[in-house]
Amino acid sequence: MSHEPIVEMRGIHIGFPGVKALDGVDFRLLPGEVHALMGENGAGKSTLIKCLTGVYSIDAGEIVIDGSPRQLAGTADAQEAGIATVYQEVNLVRNLSIGENVMLGHEVRGRFGISWRATHRRAKENLERFGLGHLDTRLPLSTLSIAVQQLVAIARAMVTKSHVLILDEPTSSLDKQEVSTLFGVIRQLRSEGVAILFVSHFLEQVYEISDRMTVLRNGRFEGEFLTKDLDRSSLIATMIGRELSTLAGEHEVRDGVAPGQREPLLVAENLGRKGSVGATDLAIGKGEIVGFAGLLGSGRTELARLLYGADRPDSGSITLKGRKTAIGSPAAGLANGIALSSENRRDEGIIADLSVRENMILAVQARRGWMRPLSKKDTDEIVDKYIKEFGVRPADPDRPIKNLSGGNQQKVLLGRWLATRPDLMILDEPTRGIDVGAKADIITAVQKLAEDGMSVVFISSEIEEVARVSDRIVVMRDREKVAEIVNDGTVSAATIVAVIADEEGTAQTVAALDVSDETFPGTTSTSTPTGTSTSTERSES
Amino acid sequence: MSTATSSTFGERLRNVGRQQFVWAIVAIVLLLVINVIKDPTYLSISYSDNLGGLRGNLVDILRASAPILMIATGMALVIATGGIDLSIGSAMVIAGAVAMEFLSASGSSSLGTAGLALLLALLVAGVLGVVNGVLVSVVGLQPFISTLIMMLAGRGIAKVITGGQNTTATSEPFRWIANGYVVGLPVVVLLAVAIVAVVGLIVRRSALGLMIEAIGIDAEAARLAGVNKRAIIFTVYVAAAVLGGMAGVFATASVMTVDVSNTGNQMELDAILAVVIGGTSLAGGKFSIRGAAVGAVLIATLDKTVVFLGVPSSATPAFKAAVIVILFLIQSPWLHTQLAKLRSRRTTTPTTAEVTA
Amino acid sequence: MSVQTATAPPETPTPPAGPLARVTGWMRTHTTSLPTWAALVIFVGMVIYAEIVYGRILQPSTTSNLLINNSHLIIIAVALTFVIITGGIDLSVGAVIAFSSVAGVMLANAGWNAYLVMVLMIAFGATFGLISGWLIQYLNVQPFIATLAMMFLARGLASTLSTVPERLGDDSPIRALGTQIKIYDGPKVNDFVITPGVVIALLVVLGGFFVLHRTRTGRTIYAIGGKEQSAQLMGLPVHRSKMLVYVISGSLSGLAAVVYTARLGIAQNITGVGWELDAIAAAVIGGTLLTGGAGFVLGSVIGALVLGLMNVIISRDGSIPPEMTTVITGGVLLAFVLLQRAVVRRRE
Repeated sequence: MSHEPIVEMRGIHIGFPGVKALDGVDFRLLPGEVHALMGENGAGKSTLIKCLTGVYSIDAGEIVIDGSPRQLAGTADAQEAGIATVYQEVNLVRNLSIGENVMLGHEVRGRFGISWRATHRRAKENLERFGLGHLDTRLPLSTLSIAVQQLVAIARAMVTKSHVLILDEPTSSLDKQEVSTLFGVIRQLRSEGVAILFVSHFLEQVYEISDRMTVLRNGRFEGEFLTKDLDRSSLIATMIGRELSTLAGEHEVRDGVAPGQREPLLVAENLGRKGSVGATDLAIGKGEIVGFAGLLGSGRTELARLLYGADRPDSGSITLKGRKTAIGSPAAGLANGIALSSENRRDEGIIADLSVRENMILAVQARRGWMRPLSKKDTDEIVDKYIKEFGVRPADPDRPIKNLSGGNQQKVLLGRWLATRPDLMILDEPTRGIDVGAKADIITAVQKLAEDGMSVVFISSEIEEVARVSDRIVVMRDREKVAEIVNDGTVSAATIVAVIADEEGTAQTVAALDVSDETFPGTTSTSTPTGTSTSTERSES
Repeated sequence: MSTATSSTFGERLRNVGRQQFVWAIVAIVLLLVINVIKDPTYLSISYSDNLGGLRGNLVDILRASAPILMIATGMALVIATGGIDLSIGSAMVIAGAVAMEFLSASGSSSLGTAGLALLLALLVAGVLGVVNGVLVSVVGLQPFISTLIMMLAGRGIAKVITGGQNTTATSEPFRWIANGYVVGLPVVVLLAVAIVAVVGLIVRRSALGLMIEAIGIDAEAARLAGVNKRAIIFTVYVAAAVLGGMAGVFATASVMTVDVSNTGNQMELDAILAVVIGGTSLAGGKFSIRGAAVGAVLIATLDKTVVFLGVPSSATPAFKAAVIVILFLIQSPWLHTQLAKLRSRRTTTPTTAEVTA
Repeated sequence: MSVQTATAPPETPTPPAGPLARVTGWMRTHTTSLPTWAALVIFVGMVIYAEIVYGRILQPSTTSNLLINNSHLIIIAVALTFVIITGGIDLSVGAVIAFSSVAGVMLANAGWNAYLVMVLMIAFGATFGLISGWLIQYLNVQPFIATLAMMFLARGLASTLSTVPERLGDDSPIRALGTQIKIYDGPKVNDFVITPGVVIALLVVLGGFFVLHRTRTGRTIYAIGGKEQSAQLMGLPVHRSKMLVYVISGSLSGLAAVVYTARLGIAQNITGVGWELDAIAAAVIGGTLLTGGAGFVLGSVIGALVLGLMNVIISRDGSIPPEMTTVITGGVLLAFVLLQRAVVRRRE
């Protein structure tokens, strides 16, 4: 099939303040192959792609394209080098027509400027290549579904006749039909000799389409494999850096309280919001750790935001400690003893220019209102307590939080929320992008909180972590809750992955799992036994 | 845990130098020195029995600072939330117009009427602030567009109030606000300082300042932390307009005339400049009322110096605008990267292998 | 999220059934031009209202005056359309006109060649635009702050040059741009006349239309307003185009200064106070989204004419004090901005 690699990246290093994003990564891409880039969240996949597309400039290393070393200083450079990219978020402009989006910057020019007729004709030709010939190119892009927009984005990317096509999570918003259309297109491009870099969370898709894989973990290169040589378990083991067998059974049933016996703290019925999460039933017991597992975009974050009031639900109700409670804003969430630590620490968590002290007391202060400032004594008490408890380094409360490492920022935020003494603490990706030591500290803290009677919702894309920490795991897929798994100590990352991937082959244990209809009397569970799941668009049988 | 406070004198000096308003004080001193060079008696202050108070150039400068202090304080609060209030000059002229119309219509120069005029002026200015506040915080319009409309329409409203006239009124008590003396000090200066101090105290002693800064730095993170973003942004615009109204009262009471085309005209420039000089970033976030106050005094000093030196005063707005552009340049990361490029070119050894830890 | 059958291609627009469905279907596909049509309807409505209530609107002299008196406004409305489509704003247009015209008249009176002076007037405007663009693009200053600084700078410089009305010599060739050319000889003084200034304004409109709709630069301007980050990732020349937009706006302000000065023969430092509001209002009334991404030059012309006609009505009516004009303009602008906000919100 192939001869010389068309893209070769050697020893790529790139760092951001406080993080080493890529540490000596090698990567090569051969013409006429589909190469999957694998790794967990934060492994450095996006960073590597951004190096190749000229969005980030590398600190060290070498990028060779078509045999010649290149300095990529911007997206235009990368395009000029023949690299086209389609991102997870559709990067088109919704205010222009479909045809224009395909042709922007490459419009056909006639005697009187752009010839729209010729441009639309060319756009149509390009779209036809991708099975989209039926689209009216003169309609606004916004009339298309996100899925079709994604296909249009690929058509646009290939207008430049690139030799390299990068697809960064292109399938996260496509249904089964659309995925197979996309794969048809990918295969066609592959046969034309285009090198395709494919990133996806869906293992099934990766195994269906890719010829070769490169696995990254924590910014490091873990290896390059032929897809046919690497089975699923070995892949997951490489991605999380451990043998799968060691992942099972780490969870101990903590306090001996059986799942059904806990007194419910929060019961949500039909809770949902259009375009974000379908109507969901959920119950959380006092002192229970409930894990939300699912892929990015599965609805796990969205559900958490509804519980806290970060987004306003448009259906359903929440019963808190037996009383119906309307939670329509974060302030209301806090007032009702709920706290949410956002997955987006940088934009939705820390207030970068404020000090550690100010960041830590902000939520307590907001709950008291601006008229009743915390006394200096109370402030110091809170700040000292959590700096000591979590071992925040440096232990200087006057330092701007932006100068702390990610792990320490996370500890400060944890302090912010705990200072409000919540009954329910929702932690969305509390361990993302932080070092191992801080990770362990945070996990320990979470477990201790639950022992003290606080309810915890724990969300992480490191499924291994969810399996280890949670008493019960809510599995989300396609913005719906698809299963609830009671963790009796036998649940492993592999079990959960199987439920998420909804693949029957590897789901040996799943069939035997408790599907939790009896978890909480009085709440109806929408969980579906995985074998008979109705939403099968994603899976490839 | 407590940071060591025992720092050397040099360190402390460096810390002082890092606060931008210190440089504004240096600039004020420099301007005064220039004036003293021209006229050695410039700084002299005398007691005038006639006026019942102190007299001199320094007193005049402080007196001229009073309206700027008001609007700079309001603008600092608005800018800190990440917004802007372009209608602050219109709040001035509207308040002036309301006060003058009311006084001239009532014809009475009793203390009560003057007080009522003051109250009414602040109230109407406050209504302008309420409109701004609703448009920005509830409707969610960009601050500059809502306040721009109010800036231009506001002057029109002032003209409508006075019927296009420059209304004049007589009221001794009202005039006293701007021209009177208490224990030998001008009332207007005492009032301005007191108001700035009160606003500063309210903002810093309560949690308002913290919340304003949190909103200005990261509005979404602040909202998720439970901060009532809407209410605070609304409050800030109302406060700015009321402070603008007070500035309008100061500006009109000294001459007892409202000039519908000139009162408060281009005062947004002075307010923004004072805030930026005081070290508050126009992007919002950390703010300093003290800094804005020093900036306001600097602007007043500059205005007076220009007149004193006989430079045509029409040149000052252009000069101020140029200063703003230069301050943007100094604060911009672009300049720093350009300078860094220059420096690295000179030192020739590019350390590309360096990876941040 | 239903499973689609293989035969039905996704996203086929449902065939229109009946005239009503056809109208709604047309509206769905032409959402961006809808406000412009609405502006046209408003304009026609105003004309009819004014004709019925005050009379003598639909006649050559009134129409001529409407065009002649608003040619400078049309030019800066086009300028603002460019800027607003990118999602930016230019508050300096009025002040730049003041500086350009005062400087121009003084240079012409000092004996400089009139044609050179006109070129210089445009160049002054372009320079202010260049500085704005640089502040916005490289120093990361928000557009309204950068152009506000330019507004104060230009107004201040104009005041430095002169604070009294500067009169242009009657024999200056610049004034030729303001001479009235009779196109249609009506009864009495009821002629249809135009000035070279009107022609210039119309050329600017045609040029603006051509650039925005027939060149890659124009399409990049729309793309920036749609989503700047996407435009960047699509490899479009975002930086250059953003700078260009402010230079265009500045140059057109300079040109508007030429046209306005030619008509009046007088330049003053307080010329053009509040014109930025008029220009923004014209663009917004004409259907340009203040948040960027959508708008039409032709719509802005209609917007400018709506404002011009409003002035005619106010002066004909007599019961509305002239001070109210800016208040009304502000109110109209506010109403349209709120309307846009509501429409965009619903579409989301």
